[in-house]
This record gives sequence, structure tokens and C-alpha cells, in this order.
Amino acid sequence: MSAGEPSAREPTPARRAFAAILAKDLRVELRTLESIPAMALFSVATFILFRYGLDRTSLDGSLAAGVLLATLLFAAVLAINRLFVAELEQGGFDAIRLAPVDGSALFAAKAAALVVYLLALELVAVPAFAFFFLDSWAGLGPLCLVLVLVDLGLAATGTLISSMAINSRARDLLVPLILLPLLVPLMIAAAGAAQPLLAAGGPGYEDFGQWLGVLTLYDAIFALVAYAVYDFVLED
Amino acid sequence: MPALPLDEAGKYVAGAYLVFVALLLLYVAIMAAKLQRIERELRELADRAEEGPAA
Amino acid sequence: MYPKGLRTLALATVATLVAGFALVFYFAPLDADQGFIQKIFYLHVPMAIVALVGWVVAAFWAIRHLRSGDSAHDARSYIAIHVSVIFGVAVLITGAIWARAAWGHWWSWDEPTLVSFLIVFLLYCTYYPLRYAIEDRERQARYASVFAITAGAFVPLNFIAVRLAESLVHPRTFATAEGGMPTKMWITFLVCFAGIGLLWVTLARFELSAKSTSANLARLRRALDGDAPERPSAGRPTATVPVRATQS
Repeated sequence: MSAGEPSAREPTPARRAFAAILAKDLRVELRTLESIPAMALFSVATFILFRYGLDRTSLDGSLAAGVLLATLLFAAVLAINRLFVAELEQGGFDAIRLAPVDGSALFAAKAAALVVYLLALELVAVPAFAFFFLDSWAGLGPLCLVLVLVDLGLAATGTLISSMAINSRARDLLVPLILLPLLVPLMIAAAGAAQPLLAAGGPGYEDFGQWLGVLTLYDAIFALVAYAVYDFVLED
Repeated sequence: MPALPLDEAGKYVAGAYLVFVALLLLYVAIMAAKLQRIERELRELADRAEEGPAA
Repeated sequence: MYPKGLRTLALATVATLVAGFALVFYFAPLDADQGFIQKIFYLHVPMAIVALVGWVVAAFWAIRHLRSGDSAHDARSYIAIHVSVIFGVAVLITGAIWARAAWGHWWSWDEPTLVSFLIVFLLYCTYYPLRYAIEDRERQARYASVFAITAGAFVPLNFIAVRLAESLVHPRTFATAEGGMPTKMWITFLVCFAGIGLLWVTLARFELSAKSTSANLARLRRALDGDAPERPSAGRPTATVPVRATQS
């Protein structure tokens, strides 16, 4: 994909670069199936561990929310660790630096790819979780909305931290180390919303709006921060 | 001047302020060690600077 | 540049802190609910506030560093975080002592401010492994600044989330100096707060001075060794910000 003469042609709009990188990532993932099956298997295995660790065959309320969210978060870390490996190994970073395109396009594309992976993961993990542990599937509908907001927040922070960690020595350690404290408010809000949804007597909506608000705030703030600083992350 | 009740509460309050003082002194000790190292290095470099051009 | 005024600053700190602690034990009235234990408040809360402000200040230095590329700003950002982390240790320990004295357990998940502080402290502890893991000095400084800015944005958000999560079952006699404090307590609190704030500035200046001295020492050593002079950069402090020298 040549850039043509920079002087003769307009610089690639960020949108096209975004679409191109996102398409490439999704195509590669579809072909190699590196991240998503691993995350799905990890989640199911973790559910089984929890079944025995907690000695429970059915979960509701705060336990259900906690097990599901913690598992999804840890599975996400797996994908986040791998997010930029290809870029590093195949010179993707250099390509973006040379291209007349804002580095934030790379950020947006990678974050979007991560959201897609997480949604795919949840398509498997959430039904599996319900199958293993839930007595009623009634709360799952609104839970999906919560999970989408969680995915956006995960994508924003995960992509930012992953970009920094990939250029360091202990990269697999650095991501969970820095990311997990950053994700605490996300966890608090998600659990706050999910708990009543998964309650034993049927889904409840106490403070649902409030927690969705906090989730949205988290997503917005970190997406903005990451977008703003990303060029500094990409600098050589 | 209010009387200081030397009961359980006193021990905890004293403990808290002691922790503060201890951390502060620990900090001073660490910085003192750093300063010693700097002084040693400076002396060594001064020696080297003096004999360097003469050698 | 840094040692100038450091002695005055340190003396002012000592004077203010001594005055503050004297006020705590000889002037401030006993709290109606907690009695003598409440005296820990005058130590614990100012340190917590100063630490949090310090972390936000670090974010501002980080922004200036990214904008200008001047490594002196990076040094200030690093030291602001470092001194605040030290204060954070003291905050958590005194907080635990206070919890034990007031409620019988060494930790309380019901106190949103303390819990929120723990999470923030944990995040800033990861600052060090982040810096150590990146060898290239400029990149290390840049990423550290990115982290400082991200973490600075995190602090208020985290506080809000934790606050919302705790049902305010426990009466908030603790923590922030909210309404209901008699004037004498306010005065004592403010003097202690000023003293702790001055302490933070003194320690930060002290650290900066030590860092710049080490950096100049390194320059001198390099010059004497006859190495090729390094790329000139304004204010060398990053030379001694933790960069693990590797053999590769």
C-alpha cells in the first residue's frame, strides 16, 4: 500500500488509516485465531476454577457479578498483552510514524479491534457463565449494555498501557501490573450495575443509571486522555 | 491544658506520630547514605582530576 | 539552583510542624465521639491531601515535560510522585492505626477515602517498575509523563467511584474536615496542613538537589574518563532517574 507522492496527493485522512488498520487486524485474527479462542477457553476454565474455589454451583447477586467481571477482565488482559506484538515485530510502529497520519488513528483502530475481540469473547463467555451458574437469564439483556461500556473502558486503557509496555522489557508483567489498579473504578461501576441485575429474585435496577453514568464517564475520560497523549507514546 | 489520658487511646495516637517520625528519620538516613556516596565519588574524581593533567 | 532557600524552607517546616503538633496536644479540644484517638486525624488527613495534591502536581509537570521536552520537568514530575508515594505509606499506616483504634480492625473497607487512597497509591507504585523497564532514557521519561497524566486523571474518577460504592452507613466523623468542626480544631488542622505541605516541598526540593548533584557528578566523571560528550540536554536530572544500565 504505497502512499504515492506526498506532494501530489492529499495525506491519508485519519479515517481511512483507521479503517485500514482495523480491517487488517480483524482479518489477521480471523485467519490465525490467536486471541479470541484463547480468551474464551481461559474464561471457561476460570469459571470451573471458581466453581470449585467458591464451592458453589449457582451464583447470584454480587458473587455472580464478581466472578463474571473478574474473569472477563483477566481474559481481556490476555488479549491486551498481544495487541501490539505484531506491530512491534513487523515494523507497524515505524510505518505509522512515517505515514502522514495522526498516531491517534492507530490508537483508535487498535482499541476498536480490542472491543471486537471482547465482544466476541462475551458471546461465548456470558452464555457459558449463565449456563454454569445462573438460575435465571432475565438480567442478561441489560447486562450486555453494561458489558459494552466495560469493553470500551477496557479498550481505552488497555490499548494505552499496551502501547507503552510493548516497548519495555518486562512487557507481559507490566500490562497487568499497571492496568489492574486503573481498572478498579470500572470494576466498581460494572459490579454496582451488575449485582442487582443478577440478583436471585430477578433483575433489579437500583442505581443502574448512576453506575452507567460512572462507566460512561470512565470511558470518556480515558479515551480522551489516551487520544491526547498517544502521539507521545508513538514517538521514537 | 487538657489532661492526656494514658489509656489505650494514648498508645495508638503515640504509635501514629511515632510512625511519622520514624519514616522521616528513615528518609534522613537514606539521604545521608546517598550524600556519603556522592562525597566519596567527588573525592575520587577530585583526586583523578588533580593527577590527570600532571601524569 | 535548588539548594538556595532549602535551609530556610526546612526551618520553616520544622517551626510549623512543631507549632502544629503543639496545637494538637495542648490546644485542640477532645472530639466528642472518638476522644483522644481523633488526634491522629491531624497527622493522617493533611498527609493524604498533600500526597494527592502532589500526584496531581506531578501530572502538570508531566504535561509541561511532554510539551517542551525539557527533562528538568520530568525530574520534577518523578520527584513529585516519589515524595507523594512516601507520604502515601505514612497515610496508609496511620490510617490503619486509626481504624484499629476506632473500630477494632486494622483495615476498614467502609471508609471510602482510605480505600480510594489505597487504590491510587497502588497505581503510583507501578510507576517505578514502568520506568525501570524502559531503557531508552528519553522514551522512559516520555512514557513516565504519559503515565503521570493518566494517573492524574484517574485520581478524581477513582474517588467518585469508591465514594458511590460505599453505602454511607458509618457516620463520617472521619476523614475530610467537613462541617461541624469547632474553630479550634480547624485552626489546628490548618497549621498541621501547612506544616505537612511545607514538609512535602522541603523533601521535594531536597530530592531535586540530590538528583542534580548526582547528575553533575556523572557529567564530571564522564568528562574525566574522556568519553564523548553526551547529547546536550537542558538540566541533566534524568541521568539519575532510575535507568537500569544493561549490558546489551
